[in-house]
Amino acid sequence: MCMRYEEFPAKMTETREERRFAEVPRESIKLMAESAGVELGDDVAAMLAEDVCYRLREATQNSSQFMRHAKRRKLTVEDFNRALRWSNTETICGYGAQDALPFRPLKEGELFFVEDREVNLVELALATNIPKGCAETMVRVHVSYLDGKGNLEPQGTVPSAVQSLSDDLLKYYQQITRAILGEDPHLMKVALLDLQSNSKIAALLPYFVYVISGVKSVSHDLDQLNRLLHMVKSLVQNPYLYLGSYVRSLVSSVMYCILEPLAASINPLNDHWTLRDYAALLLSHIFWTHGDLVSGLYHQILLSLQKVLSDPVRPLCSHYGAVVGLHALGWKAVERVLYPHLPAYWANLQAVLDDYSVSNAQVKADGHKVYGAILVAVERLLKMKAVSLSASAEGGAAALQGSVGGMMGFRESSPGLSPPPEPLSEPPLGIASHLQAGGAGCQWEEWTPVSLPDMYCELYSFFGDSLAVRFSTGPALGGAPSATPIQSSDTRKEPGSGAANLESTRKMPQLTANMNISPRQDGSPRTEPAPPSLATAPGRSLARSSSSSSSSVPRSRSSSSRPGRSASQSRDIFPKARFPPPQVGPPAFSFLIGGRQMGRRCQGRRFQTSFTPTPSLTSLPPRAYAHKLPVIGRVSKPVRRWTCSHYSLYLPL
Amino acid sequence: MAAVQDGGSEPEGEKEPQPELPSDGSSAPAATPASKPEEQQQQQQQTLLAVLQFLKRNKLIESVDALRREAGLADEPDEAPGSEAGGGVGGAAAGSADSADASALLSRVAGAAQSGAASAPCNISFSSIVLFIVLSVGGEDQPDVSVVLSAYSQQGDPSLYQVYYSGLKKFIESVLDCHRAELSQLFYPLFVHMYLELVYNNHESEAKAFFEKFSGDQECYYQDDLRVLSGLTKKEHMKGNETLLDFRTSKFVLRISRDSYQLLKRHLQERQNNQIWNIIQEHLYIDIFDGMPRSKSQIDSMSGSLAGEARREANKAKVFYGLLKEPEIEVPLDDEDEEAENEEGKPKKKKPKKDSMGSKSKKQDPNAPQQNRIPLPELKDSDKLDKIMYMKEATKRIRLGPETLPSICFYTFLNVYQGLTAVDFTDDSSLIAGGFADSTVRVWSVTPKKLRKVKSAADLSLIDKESDDVLERIMDEKTASESKILYGHSGPVYGVSFSPDRNYLLSSSEDGTVRLWSLQTFTCLVAYKGHNYPVWDTQFSPYGYYFVSGGHDRVARLWATDHYQPLRMFAGHLGDITCTRFHPNSNYVATGSADRTIRLWDVLNGHCVRVFTGHKGPIHSLAFSPNGKYLASGSTDGRVLLWDLGHGLMIGELKGHTDTVYALKFSRDGEILASGSMDNTVRLWDAFKAFDDVETDDFTAATGHIHLPDNSQELLLGTYLTKATPVIHLHFTRRNLLLAAGSYNSQ
Repeated sequence: MCMRYEEFPAKMTETREERRFAEVPRESIKLMAESAGVELGDDVAAMLAEDVCYRLREATQNSSQFMRHAKRRKLTVEDFNRALRWSNTETICGYGAQDALPFRPLKEGELFFVEDREVNLVELALATNIPKGCAETMVRVHVSYLDGKGNLEPQGTVPSAVQSLSDDLLKYYQQITRAILGEDPHLMKVALLDLQSNSKIAALLPYFVYVISGVKSVSHDLDQLNRLLHMVKSLVQNPYLYLGSYVRSLVSSVMYCILEPLAASINPLNDHWTLRDYAALLLSHIFWTHGDLVSGLYHQILLSLQKVLSDPVRPLCSHYGAVVGLHALGWKAVERVLYPHLPAYWANLQAVLDDYSVSNAQVKADGHKVYGAILVAVERLLKMKAVSLSASAEGGAAALQGSVGGMMGFRESSPGLSPPPEPLSEPPLGIASHLQAGGAGCQWEEWTPVSLPDMYCELYSFFGDSLAVRFSTGPALGGAPSATPIQSSDTRKEPGSGAANLESTRKMPQLTANMNISPRQDGSPRTEPAPPSLATAPGRSLARSSSSSSSSVPRSRSSSSRPGRSASQSRDIFPKARFPPPQVGPPAFSFLIGGRQMGRRCQGRRFQTSFTPTPSLTSLPPRAYAHKLPVIGRVSKPVRRWTCSHYSLYLPL
Repeated sequence: MAAVQDGGSEPEGEKEPQPELPSDGSSAPAATPASKPEEQQQQQQQTLLAVLQFLKRNKLIESVDALRREAGLADEPDEAPGSEAGGGVGGAAAGSADSADASALLSRVAGAAQSGAASAPCNISFSSIVLFIVLSVGGEDQPDVSVVLSAYSQQGDPSLYQVYYSGLKKFIESVLDCHRAELSQLFYPLFVHMYLELVYNNHESEAKAFFEKFSGDQECYYQDDLRVLSGLTKKEHMKGNETLLDFRTSKFVLRISRDSYQLLKRHLQERQNNQIWNIIQEHLYIDIFDGMPRSKSQIDSMSGSLAGEARREANKAKVFYGLLKEPEIEVPLDDEDEEAENEEGKPKKKKPKKDSMGSKSKKQDPNAPQQNRIPLPELKDSDKLDKIMYMKEATKRIRLGPETLPSICFYTFLNVYQGLTAVDFTDDSSLIAGGFADSTVRVWSVTPKKLRKVKSAADLSLIDKESDDVLERIMDEKTASESKILYGHSGPVYGVSFSPDRNYLLSSSEDGTVRLWSLQTFTCLVAYKGHNYPVWDTQFSPYGYYFVSGGHDRVARLWATDHYQPLRMFAGHLGDITCTRFHPNSNYVATGSADRTIRLWDVLNGHCVRVFTGHKGPIHSLAFSPNGKYLASGSTDGRVLLWDLGHGLMIGELKGHTDTVYALKFSRDGEILASGSMDNTVRLWDAFKAFDDVETDDFTAATGHIHLPDNSQELLLGTYLTKATPVIHLHFTRRNLLLAAGSYNSQ
């Protein structure tokens, strides 16, 4: 039998509930017959109607197996056509479509029909939006479950080019923010990783920036602050994102974390120092990678850092932030802002450190932190300055700028630095000049270069021996033909040797001295000298070795979670030390901290000697020392080992 | 879409229904026809005479003539068992030399009987006799539709059908609990046959009323069949209805204990309930066993198939389920390893291990078939290399278990607008093939190695054939690509299978062909024609060369790649063959069908050696365990059943999936069973525990009545969701990483 039922909207009536079958009423049959020019009697129509129903049901049942074998849930027109074809019936059901055809009811009378709109071919032909071809069928693989656990990646994502804020994106945004700010550290890690590598989230950037600007509202919660900072880091590292003017907003959020007296810092147990350190690092990272996006960013940052530093009303933790911020921005920043400001600031700090009253204990501890941070910053300043000078001296040519030479020297000497190389040169000077107008008579604006020896002398007057010991390069530069470095090394040596004498007059906090393995604790350089020629690895150029030692300082800072180790660890470390001091008194202290420090930065330490070689020790074969080096580096060795390292500690000094 | 019945019916004709109960004393089925041919002959003579008399009385002269003619013709030397029937009347009939074959004659007899029945509707004895004649000869190899249907010409008072049925129902409900469950099995087949009788005899309204009243009593797993039945209200519709044909061409098999059977028999005899008794006699096969009646759960676990349970003797044949002896291959590459390891100083441990493995494989598995039971292709050098690779990989295999679950990699097919219908991986997981509804087959390389064609003949002639890297040189670098598309089919591709040596690919399609593709040239080599109807599945033998296919025509065919005609045809299923799998030893083939049974066929002689019933829906996936002892099957009802091939028993039921199970795979060690389903999940099951928990004593093995522990939840090791991707294929790599595949569907 052959009937074109799709042309005649069948009047389907649910006759009896229990039958659950659609039936074609005889009226429909009659209508169809009439349209074909045939008159049907009632009984014939009834017979036909029933037969049609049965055949339709049969065909439907048969078509369902085509659906099952095609592994689908939805019966398609093709399935039905196939069933008809295999039962030797003309396929009459039309063509299939991906989308379900809308089946519309007609209000008057119970009539249902498939909507069949007219297609305007002219319009279609002249349309400018040429439909894209279907994407290639492809196979993608992903590890869905590792060892039968956990869904590592949402499976079945389809790449899309849509950048508008679709539902998917919104969902993504919600999921990501929830994951980052949520409790699950694993989830957070995954979310951050994705944020760092997802190429399709440009549309969400403003939302994320907004979330990050929420730092001000969570200043009581170090954990959340940390998470937000990590979010900043991920966004900054995402190679697909163009941050544009959002950099400013991100920077201000980061600066907030660096400089503000956070509510969380009220409790001394909170380690907001780490947060500040991390934020400072992040700041420098943003600056060096995205600084070109906003003009004058560098000077704005410097300005705000300087403002904080010069404001005595601000708490010490803010000052600390300013110092680490400057430090992270590079030694030039330190030279321009911190160094000129130091004499003024020193008086305040000294006052804090000299106050031994119980009520001041907390503030004093903070003061030590700041002290340590300043110390690290100025040491780096000195080292880098020396390097740049020596490089320029090596370059020799008058046309060659010291900064350029310094840059080169830096580059070749620090291959291992992961963040973008920190140029020794300033950002374009034009910025500085245009900022001078807005500056309010800050010291660094009328800054004139200070010669290295002068600088050293001044700094030494503040820090004394602790500076001398941490500061390297003397002998390394000794080989260089330039006169200045030699001179500097000489000047350095003198205070170094005089350190023991000056000791009593210096209001040097004992702890800091310990931490830095000051000559007073670990023995003066004269008593425990190590020949510089031994320290320097054979075959390496002297200049290189010295600079690599200097670069080790920032590296250790960046790698350690608590870079402000110098002073504060007096608080943190001592109670936690698991090893009982083997001896009574200060030497034990030095041993412990020394070991720890060596562990962290032993590579840098072994070159830190600026003292004239004692001829007697020069005879020591280089090998003997070299093979001790690994011992210095080991941290996780049993106590017995520690005694070894204790001994070895003395060698470089 | 009437399917051809390629000898699909069982040879019932020889065992025609006898007036007596099928088995009086023994639990064995009806005696073989050869044992009492004379008795039968006499009976048939008498009945024929009675028919003639009746016809004369009713002045149906034409019918008489026809009958006489045919009986006379049948008098000639015995061609078919049924021809004996004419023996007595032969002389009386005019010996007209008619050339029509037996079945055609019979249909005419049937037609005559129909007309007779119409004129004398109430004469039961007559129609039953005619029916008897028809049946006695009709069940031959050609079950003509009208012949089959005319079985229903027997009729009583249509209004009494409901009374009969409810009477039986009342009786069954009143018997002891232990018998009730068993006798309840009668409801469904009786219901169907009575309904069909009513329909056949044009009692449409009575049929509808009967259906409405009693359809609700039937077991829920017969819903699909009932839906088909409910649409069937006219005699005309019965012709060409496959479900109906299935019901008629095979007897519904019930397994009932002797006690219950006696109870039923007594009841029916007391009540003189001939109507029901006749149906039981003619349409049911009651497999009587001695012993405890089975419980409801036992019965439920085994029933559900279109034709009832498997007869017990169907699963008695010996199955050589053991694995073939692996050829001994020197592992030359091991030396390299050894040297490398010697430096580390630990290879010594490995060496003796290897040896022990070697000696183990030398021992012949007692359950294994003879090595040359079926001829297998010789190993080529490349096969040996592959074996070596396999062994090397196998040493790095992760031993899976409940504690160490496999990692799952999902291969998602994207942009599949045309619809993905089949997937296969090569054994070494280097290639993946997809069959699509747009008639294409696509092959992807999932390793960095791209797919390359062999150069054209002209280019090939330029190659230096003596060079060492000739195999490399024959490849055309310009054709290297990640995927290749194979065009050739003219309908959706429902099955794909790689050859074990990765040189060939098989695809089966709706167009009725199975095609063999070369993966060297990426062209079609052969189109195997024979099915003529959609071919739902095909698979290569684990040793290559042979392959099996099965489809809508209900016949599975065994082919060899170098023969254009099938070597074996496996007929017996009552529904489409939906999936086909080779046993690991290549001596057997398992087929799953839409009739809700699984059959195991012997490749050597084409016999059906196992029939497994218990699924409640069409079976869409099968998997043999790597040791060849077990079979897992998944169906549209979402359940996975486990079978012991040696004993022919169901040994496990894994419930959990909520939709059709399209993929099943054992891990390489057989410890884990992975199942993938339409419900977008992969589930892992503890196969080791499932096989271990089953205690098979002699009794259960003999009777096949097994208590299945309901421990699906304990065996379920994990459920793994995809986002929106039905899982249609699963594969364990040689190191036991689980690969799953499916197409993402955004709708």
